[in-house]
Amino acid sequence: MQKSKLGLDFEKVEYARGLAKGIAQDVQTFVEQYTTVAVERTLCRLMGIDGVDDNDVPLPNVVVEALKDKGVLNEGALFFIANAMIQTGLTPQQIAEKVAKEEIDITKVVTTDPKAIADALQPVIDDSMARIRARRARREHYLETIGEGPKPYLYIIVATGNIYEDVVQAQAGARQGADVIAVIRTTGQSLLDYVPYGATTEGFGGTFATQENFRIMRKALDEVGEEQGRYIRLCNYCSGLCMPEIAIMGAFEGLDVMLNDALYGILFRDINMQRTLIDQYMSRIINGFAGVIINTGEDNYLTTADAVEAAHTVLASDLINEQLALMAGLPEEQMGLGHAFEMDPMLENGFLYELAQAQMLREIFPKAPLKYMPPTKFMTGNIFRGHIQDALFNIIGQWTHQGLQLLGMPTEAIHTPFMSDRYLSIENAKYIFNNMKDIGEEVEFKDGGIIKNRAKEVLDKATSLLENMESEGLFTALEKGIFADVKRPKNGGKGLDGVTMKGEHYFNPFVELMKGRK
Amino acid sequence: MSEGLYSMEAKDYDKTLDLTKIKPYGDTMNDGKVQLSFTLPVPAGAEAEEAAKQLLKKMGFENPLVVYQKELTEGFCFMNCYGSLTHTVDYTNIHVPKVESDKMDMHECDEYIQHNIGRKIVMVGASTGTDAHTVGIDAIMNMKGYAGHYGLERYDMIEAYNLGSQVPNEEFIAKGIELHADALLVSQTVTQKDVHIKNLTELVEMLEAEGLRDKVILVCGGPRISHELAKELGYDAGFGANTYADDVASYVAQEMVKRGWK
Repeated sequence: MQKSKLGLDFEKVEYARGLAKGIAQDVQTFVEQYTTVAVERTLCRLMGIDGVDDNDVPLPNVVVEALKDKGVLNEGALFFIANAMIQTGLTPQQIAEKVAKEEIDITKVVTTDPKAIADALQPVIDDSMARIRARRARREHYLETIGEGPKPYLYIIVATGNIYEDVVQAQAGARQGADVIAVIRTTGQSLLDYVPYGATTEGFGGTFATQENFRIMRKALDEVGEEQGRYIRLCNYCSGLCMPEIAIMGAFEGLDVMLNDALYGILFRDINMQRTLIDQYMSRIINGFAGVIINTGEDNYLTTADAVEAAHTVLASDLINEQLALMAGLPEEQMGLGHAFEMDPMLENGFLYELAQAQMLREIFPKAPLKYMPPTKFMTGNIFRGHIQDALFNIIGQWTHQGLQLLGMPTEAIHTPFMSDRYLSIENAKYIFNNMKDIGEEVEFKDGGIIKNRAKEVLDKATSLLENMESEGLFTALEKGIFADVKRPKNGGKGLDGVTMKGEHYFNPFVELMKGRK
Repeated sequence: MSEGLYSMEAKDYDKTLDLTKIKPYGDTMNDGKVQLSFTLPVPAGAEAEEAAKQLLKKMGFENPLVVYQKELTEGFCFMNCYGSLTHTVDYTNIHVPKVESDKMDMHECDEYIQHNIGRKIVMVGASTGTDAHTVGIDAIMNMKGYAGHYGLERYDMIEAYNLGSQVPNEEFIAKGIELHADALLVSQTVTQKDVHIKNLTELVEMLEAEGLRDKVILVCGGPRISHELAKELGYDAGFGANTYADDVASYVAQEMVKRGWK
């Protein structure tokens, strides 16, 4: 058993983990019985279906809508695509194009023989799997040859709305020392039930996530990575109504990090909980297989709930998210479980509470590349104080060995970052990471002191919260507003009409092929 | 840095405060000192420094000084600069439209409403349009409030409904009707490319089209919102940075009394 700098009771941690496992298992049992329009569109993309029709509707949507209209979505897209392939001898892409032109009835069934269906799909499945494996191998090759920056990785965002302008900003950030570039999505994309197509130059507060935009940015980061002798990771948002679709597009294009958290969508985007938990399962299987680090959104709880009072909800949610990820075969090394430095800066000894929280999460999830969010809620127009708040946040990041340090910007709450804001933030982090490099190994915490007591208190409260949740389940907990002070009904929110129970001929071999594998 | 010891600059300016001709203050009245930083899309070097100085002069600065420069990426030079501003403004001739109400704290508001209106006020708030940010509306409405100012949900005499983010204007209006809202509170955080203006204007137009505009007190808020802008867009009041739930509650309560609503 590891030694705790906080004097944490690891038996209690394992007990809490067991409770979380029970809660997650409940969800899992539910999830496995269902599919969604987003999952089926993902399978279409795995069949190589891409592009848009004359009205700019993505072909995966065209195919899935055709099935939904005829009331046969429950049998799954692959069953019908295989049938169409056997019947016509065409590729899935050609079939999708014909569906768009209404030249073929995709719901016609010529065989229900599982073996015939599997055989028809096999070559396409092999192609897709090879494509994802090649991307993963490419990343691994880069890591072996040019290497990467030390942890905590410096994580910055770009958000111009124009992918080509994003490239300029991202390359500048990488040259200044950033290890991870996140391209913020345009506001509202999470609620679109389709993924836009092609390169985009217009967005509000961010840039559309499209496969072409992924490709453009991947290429730009590879260029600058080779120039700098350091692999630069690309991050996007595998959340909202297109969770698994974005996952597969990222897997095809070599993304490295994905925000991927159903709980976040439920609470902050009012996405239906059943829909998004089903979507999440498939997306995490893909992310696990593609070697993508997922980020969870617990940090956001603290933007609506109080960071001191609700600290235990972050831990409880991280424990549940860990179990849900494990059930999708995603290894601990790819779990960027989220938390944040969001206490009121005027709080006496607030730094000590933040330190206790960060160290506690480090010890409870020793292998996870924890995602640590900077102050946002208490950032004001005072950029000078903001820069110091970010410095305190950076001290804790280094001290407690966080995985992904989402750099705070002094101009947070004013505008999307200027190029110079990123420079100042990276300089701030690099200065502190170097100047305080080994502080975590040098300094111990006092027995019975504020830090150790705080960690114990938060663990205790998280444990009793999980005890309560175990009997009523996650869905009911979300209805009651346990997380983030936000209540969501089980049958409310967006996207429920895209959920359907799996039918007799439902076929998705990718779960088996990808889950827990490389 | 004190003016006298190191400075070679002229010190023969008038050091008395004249409110008809004010300018920035560094450490001496009328020194006009300003610090500013910006990035020029050119490589670092003497030419970048000279370019920055010329820009500062065009902005009306004397003695422009570039104290730091750093090339952020090839062809982009960041600079920290100082200068003494030559421009002045007449402070005595400034008129800024403000929300006209006396600010009361939560208890005073509750008492005021109890005494003057005699029933609970219904306020419905949301971050509307595509705006996904709840931080503004939460700061005003959530029980806990923000920076020591309790949110509207905690007021005994206010029935507060926070609809959250990304609420379409149609839905917002429908909910307002359903709940018999006295006041509608709209929060807008994302202001890139003026997306908030379009959305705020749309709401006013929809309310007018349905003949509801005069039946509610319409308020907007956000970090980039001013009362002046709000009035311009057809709102009754606007609340910008550094305003809190008590500002909003005080205004709405007093405005209702002014309009004779019971």
